[in-house]
Amino acid sequence: MTNRQFVLACLTPLFIFSLAFLALPLIRLFLASGEGEAGWAIYLDILRKPRYLNTLVLTVLVSLATTFAALAISTTAGMFLSRNRFRGRGVLLSVLTLPLAFPGVVIGFLIILLGGRQGLVNQLTPGHVVFAYSVVGLFLGYLYFSIPRVLLTVMAAAEKLDPSLEEAARTMGASPYRVVMDVIVPGLMPSLIASGAIAFATAMGAFGTAFTLATNIDVIPMVIYTEFTLSANIAMAAALSIVLGIVTWALLLIARSLSGTTVAAGG
Amino acid sequence: MFKSKTKILQLTVTLTACAFLLIPTLMSVLAGVTANYFKGVSSGLTLKWVYKVWELYADSIFLSLWLAIACLIVTLIIGLPAAYGLARHPGWLSRLLEEFISLPLAVPGLALALALLQLYGSMKGFRASWTFILVGHVLYTLPFMVRSILAVLAAMDLKTLEEGAASLGASPWQRFRDIVVPNAMPGILAGALTVVTLSIGEFNLTWMLHTPYLKTLPVGLADSYASMRLEVASAYTLVFFVLIVPLLMAMQWASGRAQRIAK
Repeated sequence: MTNRQFVLACLTPLFIFSLAFLALPLIRLFLASGEGEAGWAIYLDILRKPRYLNTLVLTVLVSLATTFAALAISTTAGMFLSRNRFRGRGVLLSVLTLPLAFPGVVIGFLIILLGGRQGLVNQLTPGHVVFAYSVVGLFLGYLYFSIPRVLLTVMAAAEKLDPSLEEAARTMGASPYRVVMDVIVPGLMPSLIASGAIAFATAMGAFGTAFTLATNIDVIPMVIYTEFTLSANIAMAAALSIVLGIVTWALLLIARSLSGTTVAAGG
Repeated sequence: MFKSKTKILQLTVTLTACAFLLIPTLMSVLAGVTANYFKGVSSGLTLKWVYKVWELYADSIFLSLWLAIACLIVTLIIGLPAAYGLARHPGWLSRLLEEFISLPLAVPGLALALALLQLYGSMKGFRASWTFILVGHVLYTLPFMVRSILAVLAAMDLKTLEEGAASLGASPWQRFRDIVVPNAMPGILAGALTVVTLSIGEFNLTWMLHTPYLKTLPVGLADSYASMRLEVASAYTLVFFVLIVPLLMAMQWASGRAQRIAK
């Protein structure tokens, strides 16, 4: 066997597997989206019918809120942890990255423990404060999911940031606010956009968390699920999946071209 | 003065985030070993809920472990040679193939599961067997295996090493076995731990692909959250943590090591 043949043989199993279980199923999914009563106009229906449009708007809003909250929290914590060395730093870092391996369902359950009927907040406060099954609970669940991912991306970038630039700015009399705005944020910008895109994309597509918490909230993954299982509206489920898949894929492509990281989307 | 104020603010945010992530986790661990969560810890600590979980869900725990091992074997068989092939032929076609198999990282598992169901759902024998879930897990974890090995291979001078071996008369297979595999070991280890960790925790694809007779650990978790009392659900989550946290730590250690080598 020649060298070239050997290398080709090495790629064959991957090629066959991804053809059979990725390329062909995705083509089938795309075709299925046009097989409904509406035909290909089904993609217009997503924007025309209030039920789907409202779902789209709500999903984008919750995802945006998650993105900005996760960016604010994780950038602050990430800068703090990469710039300071103190006892217990390792422990804090472990706590903040621990949830990386938690599936969305488990995170949903943890939010129920915080804000459900038997939850911590309901026990500690007078009156019935139950937020787990509302948009707030969903937001907190997505935030829980995103904090570790954004943190790791930001910290990797912060390690590469040159501290002498900040010192130079400071000696020239810049206030801490100006140092953050003029030196740190621009330096981190590529990774902020990248991790923001990751947070947004994972929130858009998060099924596990929504499955546990959003029993009464229409977010895209839940609508895809109910269209498929309850109403057997396969064309709409397929169309929404295609749209969702293209959006998250495009966002993560941007993220990767800016920072080169691959944090598991999952969820 | 202002500097220390900034630090205090930063520390507060960091600690709040830690509390937000840690408190519910600890609550879930505690609830899993509390006799009656509604009454509180004063009702006593017990392992009876953990035993109950074992009675109810041992099958799904074993299915998940079995799937993780099978998934590891398949991703190794497909991923190791593929990573080598991609490393030997870096070009636009390889980039495209790598990009394409990485789609499952970006496209939500729900969409991939629907796609698989559309194409293979009518093949009853396949649809109802555990291999259908395995396909989903391999689809999702394969890019991690390939990229992890590829990163290590891309960092070394594969061509020179192989030319040296070839001039001594080593066949392509011998070079693959004796040069590529040993050198790729850190990447293989990191990829393997990632695959196992992700497979055990995978829910999005599995929920759509599973059948009532084939419930994996996370599917069982969702089941217990919906229908069991809080203590049982918590005890089951505790079992999951015991399984996944050491795996995550090993994975992070191995990935860090592989990344240092790749640089």
